Amino acid sequence: MRREIPLIITGVVGVGFLIQYFIPHAPFSYMSDWFSDWFSIVGACAIVLGALNLLKISAQKAIKRKKDWVYSLVIIASFLLIVIVGLLEGKDFRVAGTNFDWLYNYMYIPLSATMFAILAFFVASASYRAFRARNFEATLLLVAAFFVMLGRVPVGDVISNFMPEGWRLSNLASWVMNYPQSAGQRAIMIGIGLGIVSTSLRVILGIERSHIGGGK
Amino acid sequence: MSTKAKEILTLALIVVFCLVFYIRKVSGGEGIIFSPLVSWLVIAAMIISLLWVLVLTIKGRLISRRVVFVYVGIALALPLFMPFSQKIPISPEVQALYDSVKTLKPGSKVLISFDYDPPSAPELQPMAESFIRLCFERDLKVIIMGLWPQGPQQANMALEKVLSDDKMKAKNLKYGEDYVNLGFQTGNEFVIQRMGTSFESMFPTDYRGTSYDSLPLVRNVKNFSNIEYSFNLSAGFPGSVEWVQIAVDRYGVQLGLGNTAVQAPQMYTYLNAGQVTGILGGMNGGAEFESLCHYKGKATKYMLSQSFSHMIVIAFIIIGNVAYFLSGRKSALKKK
Repeated sequence: MRREIPLIITGVVGVGFLIQYFIPHAPFSYMSDWFSDWFSIVGACAIVLGALNLLKISAQKAIKRKKDWVYSLVIIASFLLIVIVGLLEGKDFRVAGTNFDWLYNYMYIPLSATMFAILAFFVASASYRAFRARNFEATLLLVAAFFVMLGRVPVGDVISNFMPEGWRLSNLASWVMNYPQSAGQRAIMIGIGLGIVSTSLRVILGIERSHIGGGK
Repeated sequence: MSTKAKEILTLALIVVFCLVFYIRKVSGGEGIIFSPLVSWLVIAAMIISLLWVLVLTIKGRLISRRVVFVYVGIALALPLFMPFSQKIPISPEVQALYDSVKTLKPGSKVLISFDYDPPSAPELQPMAESFIRLCFERDLKVIIMGLWPQGPQQANMALEKVLSDDKMKAKNLKYGEDYVNLGFQTGNEFVIQRMGTSFESMFPTDYRGTSYDSLPLVRNVKNFSNIEYSFNLSAGFPGSVEWVQIAVDRYGVQLGLGNTAVQAPQMYTYLNAGQVTGILGGMNGGAEFESLCHYKGKATKYMLSQSFSHMIVIAFIIIGNVAYFLSGRKSALKKK
């Protein structure tokens, strides 16, 4: 029964969700609202659970002096600092001028922006070392990337200013994005969609059982 | 000089450079702007040095990735001090979004979902500011929410910037009547689904804790049918895909998108299918929108840096391919 009950719940809820999507009227609409409310409640609990789990794992790592344990200490200190400051500020902790707002503006934003900004350097370095015209397909990708990279910035039109209106690099970049790129994206999305449908059906019908821990 | 010493020297130079600008700013000095001659000399120096790198590559001396990093750093930083302005060509998808907002009557309610966090702010924050500015200029009512925890905080920053403008101050916009921030709600796409039947159930209070019923702007907003237009600023999941699949497909919401450059290509499929009214893609999309709104914001200011960095990346791809073909199509650069 430990396996059958979760499978039955999964099947019933899965079928219920399918029905409410195609028949958005009572009583199915109530079910949709009810599940949505509960999803938000569970989601809110999961955030707390996730934060506590991060704290627990970091604490264990720091206590056992595992590799890079110092970073775990930084996590714990940052976590406690932001939580304590937020709690001390009360319900208006996000209002401009509070200590929490200061931490957000002058610590969180610069740190996270720095992490993301490093990407520009790695993209350039990776392009230099790995973006090669190895074969026809790679050359095609390279040429398309050239046009889009140049066409997506104003300098592209400065370079192609001699071309007639409608044939400049910005127009070419728009064409690449709207047609070949879009077609490729559609193929990927349709593939993903079909994959989701087949996997969902396997879960609903109880063929796929990995989510309850075991079986195929 | 050893590699370590070179790295320390580069870092020291950057720190000194930053300190000079910081001290100038703190002491109330004007921002440093290069003269056109200096700017052209900098550009010429960059081109010559890139040609030198190409010559070195042809001779078989490959440069290390640290040199690429320095070039990218220079290409991003120095254009910020150059006086050049660029004509920004408007793409059809940005024009379409602008036109769709222009058709809204004064007093129409616009829902803006801030689904991003600070790492994506350089691309999305300028869009948020110019979009909110346009809404206020056209006397539209703005309702803000977020599916990402940091979203409403980013919205507050955008609001603060827009409302500090003299033109906006003259409008005497009031919180709760002209704009409202409903805050963050957990639940990803289920939040959008539930908003299809009841906004209040997902946002019983705004981010300040004021109850939904006491906010005049949203008091009569029951669900999406009371919203004239929606704009989603998205950097990933949950974001634009979920808004299209639920709000647009299921509830018929009129939706415009502002996406990071990484996410934007996926959204073109929805644009071509008519599911979204327009897309602002990356910083370039933001700059185009600012141009349409006759406003010079951060996106416009940063476009020169973007142009230079794209050119540098293209130059290094060419240099890398020269090295690849000269070395008999062996990936010699991987060792570097």
